[in-house]
Amino acid sequence: MNGITQSTALWYASRATGVVSLLLLTAVVLLGVLVNRQGRLPGLPRFVVTGLHRNLSLLGVAFVAIHVLTAVLDPYVTIRIVAIVVPLTSSYKPLWLGLGAISLDLVLALILTSLARARMSRRLWRSLHWLSYAAWVSALVHSLTSSTDLHSGVLLYLAIACSLAVVAAVIWRVAHAGREIPRAERAAATLAMMSPGSVPRSRGTPRDGARGRDPENVR
Amino acid sequence: MKEELRVDPTICSGHGLCAELLPELVTLDEWGYPIVTRGAVPRSLERHVRRAVTDCPALALKLLPVS
Amino acid sequence: MTYGTTVPHSAPFPGPQQGHTTRTGPAGSGSQSPGDLPRLLPVHGAVPVDLRTHLSRDAAPPYFGHSGKLIPVLKAAGLTGRGGAAFPVHRKLQAVAEARTQPVVIGNGAEGEPASDKDKSLLWISPHLVLDGLQLAAEAVGSQAVALYVHRNARLQERLRAAVAERSAARIDVVPVEIIDAPPRFLAGEESALASRISGQPAMPRFKPPRVFERGVVGRPTLVHNVETLAHIALIARYGPAWFRAAGTPKEPGSMLCTLHQADGQRDVVETELGTPLRDLLQLDGTQAVLSGGYHGAWLPAAEAARMTLSNEHLQAAGAFVGAGVLVGLPADRCGIAETARVARYLALESAGQCGPCFNGLPRIAAALDEVASPRPDPRAVTDMIRWAGLVEGRGACHHPDGTTRFVRSALHVFRDEIANHAEGRCVDPAREPFLPLPADSALDEADWN
Repeated sequence: MNGITQSTALWYASRATGVVSLLLLTAVVLLGVLVNRQGRLPGLPRFVVTGLHRNLSLLGVAFVAIHVLTAVLDPYVTIRIVAIVVPLTSSYKPLWLGLGAISLDLVLALILTSLARARMSRRLWRSLHWLSYAAWVSALVHSLTSSTDLHSGVLLYLAIACSLAVVAAVIWRVAHAGREIPRAERAAATLAMMSPGSVPRSRGTPRDGARGRDPENVR
Repeated sequence: MKEELRVDPTICSGHGLCAELLPELVTLDEWGYPIVTRGAVPRSLERHVRRAVTDCPALALKLLPVS
Repeated sequence: MTYGTTVPHSAPFPGPQQGHTTRTGPAGSGSQSPGDLPRLLPVHGAVPVDLRTHLSRDAAPPYFGHSGKLIPVLKAAGLTGRGGAAFPVHRKLQAVAEARTQPVVIGNGAEGEPASDKDKSLLWISPHLVLDGLQLAAEAVGSQAVALYVHRNARLQERLRAAVAERSAARIDVVPVEIIDAPPRFLAGEESALASRISGQPAMPRFKPPRVFERGVVGRPTLVHNVETLAHIALIARYGPAWFRAAGTPKEPGSMLCTLHQADGQRDVVETELGTPLRDLLQLDGTQAVLSGGYHGAWLPAAEAARMTLSNEHLQAAGAFVGAGVLVGLPADRCGIAETARVARYLALESAGQCGPCFNGLPRIAAALDEVASPRPDPRAVTDMIRWAGLVEGRGACHHPDGTTRFVRSALHVFRDEIANHAEGRCVDPAREPFLPLPADSALDEADWN
């Protein structure tokens, strides 16, 4: 290979691994929603859903690593190594590449916090994990803007499919969160399910003879 | 092991992975919540128990000293 | 509610044990003689005891000056918790005293049991004994953070705050006492729910370990004692173990407060010795069954109850227990199953809703009981109920499922004739006038747990 074909090879490798990274990240987000909703992949045990969610995220990072390294090594465009993780430090398309860096930063943070899950507060881990949506959106915008690959042909349909899938998953997730019964009302909800109409809907009128609750009421 | 497997029922939301990964010690009740066998975990199951504890999406499984 | 006067044990009391010297308390102060009741409640009527009267009867709290002497005294006395669990008091104190971080001491006056009035009565009538006990316990474990956890009763809280202020001004209290609000929930007085509430979260139980004596309020070792237990501590510190043991039985010494519900509807708080025959406490003529231990307790047939005494030795053998001293005599003309169903429904709705087995199982058990309480019930209701009871026991973060199933199982046994009646379309009390007391409000949302 001469210099030009080497460069082209690296550039193609970067673009190709970029597409795969986006697909993997989309799959990870969808699987994450599936875990939360206690869903399953048809015919497969539940631990496959969590296992895939975890392993595909690691695979995705591997592909992103190749994606950024080939981009840095490619002499056709100058991209500094630091731009991989620090946004806006690239001289080539600083904003759009910057979104890629943001996405990578977020994904690394998500993976590291998940590895250390047992050592942090449940609430903190959950709040941080919501950033996965930000990571996916950054990755999508980065993909659409850093090259024109996703603007036509098969890759355009792929991008649309990924977007629709994530939107549908988010709607599913949010709809459930809205319907989730708060703890204190769960027993009442179960009771209503057993015998509808028997659970008090308002602060009750005293229908039971609860006498003598006031300690002062002594004879 | 000198530890036993316990589930924190205030965190458990009935995902059910534990019963898949560790059927020897965990079964699910009719509502999808785990019934965990008490007592020290046998050596042969140690690896599977640790995996179940790590893989629980709610982190509800715990290894605690046998009470 | 009346304050009943004391119910003396009909047999001659044993008097001081061999080998123990009877002490009358420090330096001639304090005037309670061994074996005499009442101890916690005032001798004459239900008049609330003010600080002056308290000091003249029992003198100032005998601080031990961090000598660690209180704990062995309590051990010798054999005092067990009066909140229901009957755990040896000295062991709890010892565990917290040994803690490496600054402990917290809480007096638990959150009487979530609808059928129990003794704690609020004690706090209303003899708050100074409780407050003495709090100070002595705090001294014994080296705590600077002390609070009294009581239900939302404005007048009671006002009275308690006034009592605390008065003691503070008279320099009787060493550590300031905070009065903390408990939500009106059945589980609000559960140790870990109490710790959650005082830490600023809803009053919902937590998984154990760790127990609250290891990590409780804001992660600190927490000593939780029922207010009646604290009152006993205050008296034992003054009058000694032999004095305490002059009432009660050798295995279960001392006196306790009971809430008695008579079949004619009268409802009293009395102070009585452990070991008192139940027939001396409840009018058993015209009753079919006795509920012992509150809504987490158990039913006993009246004939069996007539042979029993207020002691765990007897009651536990029959599947019941002393608990917090709630005793209810159910009239013969009431439907025991319908009463149990009403209470089971209340217990189900009082679930914190954290643990799957509890919020799934208890409502189903309650619905099945409703079915059994109706004419010609579906025969599967009883078998379903028993299966669900087996599924929920031991699988909650607290003992709410276990207590509820104990209550329900005992009803299935004691009222089996009535169940057979219902299967044939008959009921002893079709009018279903409610007998067992329940609060009018129920928890509707998460905010009701704060």
